Amino acid sequence: MNRSELIITIKDKANLSRKNAEKVVDTFFDAIKETLSTGERVEIRGFGSFAVKNYKPYIGRNPKTGVQINVPSKKLPFFKAGKELKEMVDRPF
Amino acid sequence: MTLTKAQLVDLIQKETDLSRKKSLVLVESLLEIIKQTLANGEDVLISGFGKFCVKEKNERKGRNPATGDDMMLAPRKVVTFRCSPMLKKTIDS
Repeated sequence: MNRSELIITIKDKANLSRKNAEKVVDTFFDAIKETLSTGERVEIRGFGSFAVKNYKPYIGRNPKTGVQINVPSKKLPFFKAGKELKEMVDRPF
Repeated sequence: MTLTKAQLVDLIQKETDLSRKKSLVLVESLLEIIKQTLANGEDVLISGFGKFCVKEKNERKGRNPATGDDMMLAPRKVVTFRCSPMLKKTIDS
């Protein structure tokens, strides 16, 4: 399922206009994105949480040539599935 | 501050001009659709954000760390999140 299928599904399920359905989906993911970009966490009960991990810079090495390179510090987002989602996916009914 | 469901509801209410009650229903439906899709084994791809994937884990040998007993861990399904390059860029900058 992709973004536009998600929009259509919620539009039909909740009896929304196409425009509002789009707003719901986009606002939802944009808010998560913005929160993560400030380094903060997102926690949605029953679904899961998003957090940003900070990586320190380190000196890496190309395993093929042995050339050293500096790997700059970076931030990466991580998702952890919540209890309810985990159980739903592992034991579908 | 951590982003939670309540704030997502507020944002969606502001954006759509619908009632707060309806906005809450919409957030719940959106989460339900995503969870149900994953429970059916289907991935959810939101371009510009990321992809929620269902991954099948094979059966593997494990050990009870308390007793040291060998045991077989049953095959299971887990949800993973792959962030889109665009999300990565937003967070890292």
